[in-house]
Amino acid sequence: MANKDIDITVRTGTVHALCGENGAGKSTLMKILYGMQQPDEGTITVNGETVTFHTPADAIARGIGMVHQHFMLADNLTVLENVVLGAEKLHGIGAKARTKIREISDAYGLNVRPDVLLEELGVADRQRVEILKVLYRGAKTLILDEPTAVLVPQEVDALFDNLRELKAEGLTVIFISHKLGEVLSVADEITVIRRGTTVGTVEPAGTTPKQLAELMVGSELPTPETEESTVTDVPLLKLDGLHLAQTDLDGVERIILDNISFTIHKGEVLGIAGVEGNGQSELVEAIMGIRDPDAGAITLDGTDISHAPTRHRREAGVGYIPEDRHRHGLLLEAPLWENRILGHVTEKPNSRGQLLDIKAARTDTTRIIEAYDVRTPGIDVTAASLSGGNQQKLIVGREMSHAPKLLIAAHPTRGVDVGAQAAIWDHIREARREGLAVLLISADLDELIGLSDTLRVMYRGRLVADADPATITPEELGSAMTGAATGHLEHTEASGPESTEDDAR
Amino acid sequence: MKKLTQRIDKERLLLGIAAPLLAVVAALVVTTLVILATGKNPGAAFSDMVTYGSASDSQVYILNKATTYYLAGVSVAIGFRMNLFNIGVDGQYRIAAFFAAVLGGALTTPGWISIPLIILCAMATGALWAGIAGVLKVTRGVSEVISTIMLNSIATAIIAYLLQPGKLAELQSGGTVVSTKPLPESSYFFQIDTGASGELWGFIVIAVAIGVAYWFVLGRTRFGFDLRTVGQSEPAAAASGVSVKKMIATSMLISGAVAGLIGMPTLLNDSHQFSNDFPLGIGFTGIAIALLGRNNPIGIALGALLWGFLERTTNHLEFEGYDKEILGVIQGVIVLCVVIAYELVRRYGLKRQQQRVGAELAAQAAATTQKQEVA
Repeated sequence: MANKDIDITVRTGTVHALCGENGAGKSTLMKILYGMQQPDEGTITVNGETVTFHTPADAIARGIGMVHQHFMLADNLTVLENVVLGAEKLHGIGAKARTKIREISDAYGLNVRPDVLLEELGVADRQRVEILKVLYRGAKTLILDEPTAVLVPQEVDALFDNLRELKAEGLTVIFISHKLGEVLSVADEITVIRRGTTVGTVEPAGTTPKQLAELMVGSELPTPETEESTVTDVPLLKLDGLHLAQTDLDGVERIILDNISFTIHKGEVLGIAGVEGNGQSELVEAIMGIRDPDAGAITLDGTDISHAPTRHRREAGVGYIPEDRHRHGLLLEAPLWENRILGHVTEKPNSRGQLLDIKAARTDTTRIIEAYDVRTPGIDVTAASLSGGNQQKLIVGREMSHAPKLLIAAHPTRGVDVGAQAAIWDHIREARREGLAVLLISADLDELIGLSDTLRVMYRGRLVADADPATITPEELGSAMTGAATGHLEHTEASGPESTEDDAR
Repeated sequence: MKKLTQRIDKERLLLGIAAPLLAVVAALVVTTLVILATGKNPGAAFSDMVTYGSASDSQVYILNKATTYYLAGVSVAIGFRMNLFNIGVDGQYRIAAFFAAVLGGALTTPGWISIPLIILCAMATGALWAGIAGVLKVTRGVSEVISTIMLNSIATAIIAYLLQPGKLAELQSGGTVVSTKPLPESSYFFQIDTGASGELWGFIVIAVAIGVAYWFVLGRTRFGFDLRTVGQSEPAAAASGVSVKKMIATSMLISGAVAGLIGMPTLLNDSHQFSNDFPLGIGFTGIAIALLGRNNPIGIALGALLWGFLERTTNHLEFEGYDKEILGVIQGVIVLCVVIAYELVRRYGLKRQQQRVGAELAAQAAATTQKQEVA
């Protein structure tokens, strides 16, 4: 996505947030700032000096560092080794480097232990290592790309404390986020980008989430609230004692799914909360038939599909919005119309008998693009050339076009702008009214609480807690996600009022 | 909007042609330098290649050669479309041709029965040989690159063992050549008499049919779509419902079956027996041709023709006092350049399309906001 007439001024010693719809050009802007892409026009000025960045190394040399959304760390190395990797010249790889890491860690309250193996660290700790890595290389300006996407609320608070610490020490933070509540709570200034242009910079004081969202999309704020319940008593998907274990390279057996049982009825949305990596992906893959469970049964609409092939399940009416759309949902180098066929090659309108029906598939791709507002100049461009949000809309459109009975939606609105988010929620709700059963997995707790009829919490491969989405708060869910609470989560009044802050989404 | 799509398509086509063109031009430049370095005149060499290569007897020779090469290219390309590197095409076609020749020599049935049987035997043998690598890959995770290279050596050893008098071969009348029993004349494939220029092998018809089938199956059928999906992204294919393992095994079988055909033009149209001088190494030529032709049925045909042309003309250059190693230089440089050029062009194309789509969408957005403002 192109950028045009971007004007941003970030003052030293502040946290500057960057908001915008996905596809608005945030990522491109960040890539330019970090030297991964070159602008056609315009200038970047650092401390009054006009600069050009050809590579990330140039940016680092000017004190600009980036913390990516997906961590770039090696599991089998220690924190120290991860930090010095590629920057061995700065302080060596031994005692001097260790001292330096301790120094940085203490100065900013990062609480990083240099000699721990990375695989022993949780997501929040890893993120702190990433931040430290950037600081170690001498960055004075940090760019954080959606840093809160993988964190639970408590961890988000801790991260914000870190950011305030950095700010107090005179560093500058550029913070990219979709979550308006967070942005308002941590930023000193907020710049909103829409369609590749800056539409305004506001101070958080005196700005409501609603005003901010309107700046972003120029329309009303969507909420994920479901209206009246559509849950029926007809079970559609039943999991009974699902068990999956994996033997790793050292021969140690690891239990990934442990006795998972639940039932989703027609018209019901079952939400599963959990920190990523607690077995959610494997659960989805077991239901999709990509992984074969060791024990237990999966029953879809009365038929046992525990070991049925994936294609069989798809034909039986399972729609699938995968968590990693690039790996599992799209053929990036294939045109959009071929991507429309993907996963439904045996179904109409994509094929007749053994032959593809290219004409019908193309026509239907055009229909999806219009109905789901996929912004593309045509159906012959490759999927890779669309922005993330538009790719997701295409996937949702494709999966919904085959009248699924069960929709497995893993992070259906991740990386999707506010406008498209509302559209995707609407599609899910509409299908739910017609009896669609949905298994919803999301890291966005507001989305989970707002859309689900039933909530479960997954922790280390087990469903450890359940909750009533009508009363539960993200904070309460968060504590169960870290394993601190189990069983039926009762809403306690004490944490009640806090929840309104995050209703911004 | 339609215009843009067309433009992108046209650009894609242009980019598609750019890479092999670049490679051939680079090869010409390098060859020129090599000839210059040997102190000869490259201009004369090239003009000799063109005049000699376009003579009518050369044309027939090139077409005959290209028939074999085309089948080799398609066989390799089937694997490539799946992201499988079937290096074993070489062993597959040799062992297939050997057993087909043995069968053909033993058959006394009329041609309309024998010829299909010989061809089927070759395809089955090729498929079986490739299938071993396929099964190893899906059951044990053995890289097809390693297993097919080894199967090539095993094929060589098996043929050497069986191609002995008293085993499956006999000493020919001259007493110098060991070969399988020659095919009866009724089992010869038809040829097109072109007069003084020689005989055009009828097997070219089968090669064309294979090309059409390759295009149709890959581009127009569900099976082809599944196969391409696995080639582009295994996780996406698995999530979409393709059984990746089954697909790997199947495509290995098909690639092997087509590989089995590679020896057939020579066997049925030319040598009519399998002897020690049966052409070697065509499987590797197939890899180069599939790369050059971008796995495209037309592209592979052009690559096969180019290869035939180069062989024919550089042979002649030798008589003109040039070094025969020029052939190797040209072919090697072409393959090297092609691999590099494709990757460069591919990356450039992807990036360019992304930019174009972005620019187009921005323009659209600007247009709609303007309209709104006017309204």
